[in-house]
Amino acid sequence: MKVEAKLLLGLGVFFGLMCAVYWNWSLENAGGVMMFAGMLLGFLPGGYFYWWSRRMKTRPEDDPQGTHAQGAGVVGAFPGTSIWPFTLGMGAFFSVLALVFGIWLLVPGLGLVVWAIIGGTSEGRRGGQV
Amino acid sequence: MTDVLERPHVEEPEHHGHDAHHGPSGLLKWLTTTDHKIIGLSYTVTSVLMLVIGGAFAELIRAQLASPNGTLVSFAQYNELFTMHGSVMIYLFAGPFAFGGLANIIVPIQIGAPDMAFPRLNALSYWLYLTGSITMLLGFFTAGGAANFGWVAYAPLSNSINTPGAGADLWIGGLLLTGFSAIFTGVNLVATIFYLRAPGMTMFRMPIFTWNMLVTAILILLAFPVLTAGLIMLYADRHFGTHIFSVAGGGVPVLWQHIFWFWGHPEVYILALPFFGMATEIFAVFSRKPVFGYKGMVFATISIAALSLGVWAHHMFTTGVVLLPFFSIMSLLIAVPTGIKIFNWIGTMWRGQVWFSSAMLMAIGFLVTFLIGGLTGIYLASPPLDFFTHDTYFVVAHFHSVVMALVFAGMGGLYYWGPKVTGYLLNERLGKIQFWFLFIGTQVFTLPMYLLGLRGMPRRMAVYPHDPQWKFLNDIASLGAVLIGISTIIFVVNLVVSWKKYPAGDNPWDAQTLEWFTTSPPPHHNFYRLPVIRSERPTWDHNHPEHHALAHGKADR
Repeated sequence: MKVEAKLLLGLGVFFGLMCAVYWNWSLENAGGVMMFAGMLLGFLPGGYFYWWSRRMKTRPEDDPQGTHAQGAGVVGAFPGTSIWPFTLGMGAFFSVLALVFGIWLLVPGLGLVVWAIIGGTSEGRRGGQV
Repeated sequence: MTDVLERPHVEEPEHHGHDAHHGPSGLLKWLTTTDHKIIGLSYTVTSVLMLVIGGAFAELIRAQLASPNGTLVSFAQYNELFTMHGSVMIYLFAGPFAFGGLANIIVPIQIGAPDMAFPRLNALSYWLYLTGSITMLLGFFTAGGAANFGWVAYAPLSNSINTPGAGADLWIGGLLLTGFSAIFTGVNLVATIFYLRAPGMTMFRMPIFTWNMLVTAILILLAFPVLTAGLIMLYADRHFGTHIFSVAGGGVPVLWQHIFWFWGHPEVYILALPFFGMATEIFAVFSRKPVFGYKGMVFATISIAALSLGVWAHHMFTTGVVLLPFFSIMSLLIAVPTGIKIFNWIGTMWRGQVWFSSAMLMAIGFLVTFLIGGLTGIYLASPPLDFFTHDTYFVVAHFHSVVMALVFAGMGGLYYWGPKVTGYLLNERLGKIQFWFLFIGTQVFTLPMYLLGLRGMPRRMAVYPHDPQWKFLNDIASLGAVLIGISTIIFVVNLVVSWKKYPAGDNPWDAQTLEWFTTSPPPHHNFYRLPVIRSERPTWDHNHPEHHALAHGKADR
């Protein structure tokens, strides 16, 4: 996890330096703000990973001598099939079309979005199936 | 049902009983799948379809320009054509093909993962991409036609007075959907690579393609939200009476350019880095060597990505309101890590046993074409040269060299990884014929455009003066476009001719990375067993125990 942390923290430091140089030199705000946000995107997750990397045992995937026996056990729970991503996608589609063709399309759009959120969440709780 | 997965064990005997995955079939399977391979394949097919649509627009553009007073399309239709050609190729083909298509399929397998970290989010990404593509193309069926303000939608041209109509709004809406699709894929790729690697697969043993996809995903997370925010502001200006980008209301038109290019230049590398990764894999496998300078490649990728966020305003030199030295220096600096990559690609081939398969030819075509595009990019990073060539065909030629190079690498990726995904090889002879049409066509298409630009021909013109030199160069460029079109037809013919004809086996190329250890196509959740991972080429180490497993590109002899 240390390499992952250093990658993000390194990007954060780089963007921080660039932000300081650019903002002071150009006095242009848009780019300065965007680079500042870029710095945060490096520091926030990077800091989280670094904090954890100092408190956890070396994971098998971080160990050059890692064995499959070390990594034995549950990897995670993976959903089989699910209709809810499609439903949510269609909801988003209709909602965006509402921006163009009329506000009434928000009715099916947001309806599908809410339905998909409820369906997807309850599916996640009980284990996915169609 | 949810599968609670345990890791495959190395000593577990190979068996094929697990693959009988129970679930829906046919259309319902496609609508409900969360399998990264099926989603990736859907992305690949959709994006290749977009390539064909965008290519058809390009052929129409070149047909119009084949004579100075072309009458094939009207001026308004021409504006729609070049806008939608750029939009389809950049937003709907190149990026989704790479990070939605091949990366979706290949990255989890390359690191020994059973799927992407968030399979349902992955499926949602695809549906947003598909509906976003449909939304953008719907513009052609509206009364005012599709968006026609160029793929960059500069303010104030893109406001509701200068560009009224539904086509522009559909363009914005489509881009919002595909933008979220990209962001979700970025999150998924980062989480997958950080959390689902197999034991022993340390970060510095990941294949270069996976490294490039990780860096691409981080770039997506940095850049795409900025575009999304910009699009919402643009829509608000068009319909809610805000004046963010209009001088009349106290806004700043050039702010749109800052926002757009803060996304737009990293986007160039979001497009390019995955294809760099594909080419790297192909060079190594078909030269029978490890990647030369593995760590150098990784750090070059990270450097390119980091620098790419500090160069956006080199697209804005002629606005007169940007800090020229900063952006010029940063842009020129990108040539250094890119040069390292080109050096390492040549180093990988150097003294290798080079096998000139279709995939390898495509990768070499990528290298040559990208070098031309990259070098002319260095010219454009210099403000005095950019002032002279800005908005001329020189710029068009430069970025077409770059993106056509990516098409080469993408085609190489299809020839290289296609057999892993489908279980069948493509016809090599047709592949080589396709390569030569594509390679000659690309150079015949782009090189005259450099000269046209230097002779002052502006981009985005439907007609041009009767200058014999301009006419001749345009004719040559149009001939190149025809050759590229023929190469695409040969590819489609190859797909038909090779359909389930040449069984590939698990590892037809004697390749090196983990995806070639599993079956072709891989089973549900990818692996029945995994090899011991002690270098960046675990499959090679397993298949060639006579060679020492040496990490990081040292020669193994």
